[in-house]
Amino acid sequence: MTQASTFETDQDQVALICERHQKDPHRMLDILRDVQDQFRWISRETMATVAGKTGLTQVAVEGVASFYAFLSLTPRGRVTIRLCDDIVDRFAGLPAVVEAFENALGIAVGQTSADGAFSLEYTPCIGLCDQAPAAMINDVVLTGLTPEKVREMVAALKGGKRPEDLISHRFDALSPYERAKRMVKNNVRHAGAVLLGPVPEDAGLMKALAQTPAAIIDQIAASGLRGCGGAGFTTGMKWRFAEQAEADRKFIICNADEGEPGTFKDRVLLTERPHLLIEGMTIAARAVGAREGILYLRGEYVYLRPLIEEVLAERRAKGLLGKAIMGVEGFDFDIRLQMGAGAYICGEEGALISSCEGLPGEPKTRPPFPVTCGYLGFPTVVNNVETFCHAARILDCGAQWFFDMGTEGSHGTKLFSVSGDCINPGIYELPYGLSVRALLEMAGGEDAAAVLVGGPSGTMIARDTFDRKLTFDDLATGGAIVVFSPERNILEIVEYYMSFFVHESCGYCTPCRVGNVFLQKAVAKFRQGLANPADIAYLKDLSATIIETSRCGLGMTSPNPILSTLENFPLVYSAMVKPPKDRIRATFDIQSAISDARVLAKRRSSIYDKDFTK
Amino acid sequence: MSGFSFQIDGVEVTAKPGQTIMEAADEVGIYIPRLCDHEGLRHQGGCRVCTVKAGGRSVAACTQPAAPDLVVENETPHINKLRRDLVGMLFNEGNHLCPICEASGNCELQAMAYRLGMTEPTKFPYLEPCRPVDASHPDIALDNNRCISCGRCVRASQDVDGKGIFGYVGRGIHRHIAANGPDLRHTDAEVTDFAISAEVCPVGCIIRKREGFARPIGERDYDDHLIGYDIEKKRDE
Amino acid sequence: MSDLPKARIATASLAGCFGCHMALLDIDERLIELMKLVEFDRSPLTDIKRFTRRCDIGIIEGGCCNEENVHVLQDFRRNCDILVGIGQCAIMGGLPAMRNAIMHSDEPLRECLEEAYIKGPFTQNKTQIIPNDPALPLLLDKVYPCSEVVEIDYQIPGCAPTGDVIYEALAGLLSGRFQGFEREHIRFD
Repeated sequence: MTQASTFETDQDQVALICERHQKDPHRMLDILRDVQDQFRWISRETMATVAGKTGLTQVAVEGVASFYAFLSLTPRGRVTIRLCDDIVDRFAGLPAVVEAFENALGIAVGQTSADGAFSLEYTPCIGLCDQAPAAMINDVVLTGLTPEKVREMVAALKGGKRPEDLISHRFDALSPYERAKRMVKNNVRHAGAVLLGPVPEDAGLMKALAQTPAAIIDQIAASGLRGCGGAGFTTGMKWRFAEQAEADRKFIICNADEGEPGTFKDRVLLTERPHLLIEGMTIAARAVGAREGILYLRGEYVYLRPLIEEVLAERRAKGLLGKAIMGVEGFDFDIRLQMGAGAYICGEEGALISSCEGLPGEPKTRPPFPVTCGYLGFPTVVNNVETFCHAARILDCGAQWFFDMGTEGSHGTKLFSVSGDCINPGIYELPYGLSVRALLEMAGGEDAAAVLVGGPSGTMIARDTFDRKLTFDDLATGGAIVVFSPERNILEIVEYYMSFFVHESCGYCTPCRVGNVFLQKAVAKFRQGLANPADIAYLKDLSATIIETSRCGLGMTSPNPILSTLENFPLVYSAMVKPPKDRIRATFDIQSAISDARVLAKRRSSIYDKDFTK
Repeated sequence: MSGFSFQIDGVEVTAKPGQTIMEAADEVGIYIPRLCDHEGLRHQGGCRVCTVKAGGRSVAACTQPAAPDLVVENETPHINKLRRDLVGMLFNEGNHLCPICEASGNCELQAMAYRLGMTEPTKFPYLEPCRPVDASHPDIALDNNRCISCGRCVRASQDVDGKGIFGYVGRGIHRHIAANGPDLRHTDAEVTDFAISAEVCPVGCIIRKREGFARPIGERDYDDHLIGYDIEKKRDE
Repeated sequence: MSDLPKARIATASLAGCFGCHMALLDIDERLIELMKLVEFDRSPLTDIKRFTRRCDIGIIEGGCCNEENVHVLQDFRRNCDILVGIGQCAIMGGLPAMRNAIMHSDEPLRECLEEAYIKGPFTQNKTQIIPNDPALPLLLDKVYPCSEVVEIDYQIPGCAPTGDVIYEALAGLLSGRFQGFEREHIRFD
């Protein structure tokens, strides 16, 4: 009886959550996030309720619930601990931290304690590589973990403390900014002229409002600004396309789904320059004629949510968002915050739009492109956090000022997130055109044997090419610079990144869904010393197929960890291959293949045990 | 804008504005191999078997709009090699036991392998996934071991039947097609649905009970013809 | 032509049904032409149990379900220049491989044997004993296609392959000009 009544109450509350989001199927991600937060999982009954309220089929709801890593179809602990298992965290001592958690909680990674109090799981890069090992505990993050810290934390949590109390005993009294700063260090190591130096408030927006939309776009185009998320599309052109598109509604979306392992620059901008970001989005809205905006914040940055919400509220109160911005009649623009829920693929423009629409984060078919047919089918500009911030500064200081920084084709400054084996991990704002070597010198990473520029979808380079330049034309990067010292195992790094892509592929298209699994297995063979010389050609051949046939950028770049290390660290592979003896496969292990039967039959092999008793 | 022309493997093809490369090719009797695409259903562009080189770029012919003077490569050794890889991935991703499958001979995956001459030892590992069989429905069974995630049943049910009895769930290699309920019996699936019809499922995943192995060897769809024959014969006419 | 030394062929049937060997006879009268070119060494067709010398071509039917299959296959690989897998069992495990995908548990082999010899709904085994004669080779944890155990050079698809396909392959291999099969002849069943 009590069961039944709880069930009713639970489903009533689920229904209330749906009502809170206007039963809008496009807000499915918000609905399911709220359900997850409240009930710690999404049950079949819940999915039925949500489906009924939003007018979708239950399987459509399940499609969303099962897509995002932070939503769960089985009960999770009231305190869910997500350990960042990025390779940088692993090298920074993660295994000891994991062991400490497992011992303290009495559960293994992937499990939930019997009393439902704790869950322990792994999650890919949470954007805290400069202070690894790091973890999310519900909506707060903890950095620089050590086994001692873990034991203290778990003791406190078991003693009834909230995760927030681990940050500060007066957490609730702190401002959102103070909370963020208590949790995460900015680690700004070098402030440049554009973003991290002194920035006047809304000066760019004020100047933009004195101009025509076309003039704003002309300035952005003249500045040479290119997208800072990684792909490097010309921002001015993107805005112009959206401006020219005829539509009743247009959208500005900020891509704050910074998921490329080793990238954390947007984290710092969101913390230190949230006003500049919103200012940039508002300028974009003015330029293309949009009234609605969405800031898509990755689920891993949920700790920044109160800060962003406060900034949005503050700007609404000041007349910088909402109706008649800065008193300009007819210029209305507002922004909603869309939380992600653990999916790297949502950093892809189309997938991000799908996610904003309440769908699984699957990329969209191109063409049409978002600038003509994006969010809900309306023209949409999607730009990275840094790009919007740059745009605001360009409007303030002028296109020429920006254009004059950097190099031909790569203008302005760029935020680099440096992490891994260096003395000063953190953020470096530098003009484009610097060499990797120069950056390593600044960061105290001169001993590096390998540097991953642009994250796993970028390029891994070796010492002999450290003079290559950080520009769009040479080593393009969304900002990630991961430094690896000589004692690191390149194949271990590559295998980790392939497992990352396997985990993050959306599964829509065959080559990315299946091919990456094959690549991961092939790399594992190398690590185990079971590869043969032909496997090197196999890696290249399979990679080429995946790159050429994949539907979106994920599959088009996922083989890069393999290809760039094959090119720049060929010995790592050739040292691990053995020609097969008598053309018999080294990967087939007769001993393990018959071990079950040996036990079941209670006898030894008359063929193979003789040879192996010596 | 009126019609325009472009080239596929050197053949001049006329297209209407808005047509995809594949639609235009189909009309003139040039077959571009495909698995997730099916006439009358929304284009998905998921299987990538229809990959062609258009203006030097590799694209999915089922979703890529045709364009004036576009030069498309379809049946080249390179493109067919890519397709063999993709079909090989689909074979090794699931559990495809042709000798015992009732779709054998009528199976598009199998027929595609024939067409592409897929007889070399596979370079790929077999993933041998553990997938359930759902025989709960009185008239329909689902053997998910054979599913290639083409999603034709999903679109057929949603767009043609107006039901939505299938959907995609999960992500990455775990993404799969699921019924809109705990099992198929608890959906409003009927054996008369278009989504359940023989033409929608390209493989032997959706099975109509009590009609298996109805056509003997020699009379099945691909016993006498390569897949794509129905389109290619238009060219000869 | 007749002065040339005859090519030596060896064959083996591993975890299969011997159907592919029977299908060799479907070459029909072309078999006479073929026999002018080849000589059979180790093979169930000749009842020769050990290689008498190195062979040009080894033909393998069936996949590997037990240790003896592995042993034979490895022996073939060592003693044959070209190794050809014939039929779906050799190529991808075939019917025996059904146990791979279906028997997912902590003890797949035990479950499989219990299902086959004790619990299966159609099992009639009054002794309730799983056969375990010392002469029986140990089963492998799963059924392996031949290409996972040794390198396979060519495959003749089918279940069983047609006489045409077998002839096409053998004639091609013997002449050193095998270029794959006519697309219209390829069958996986």
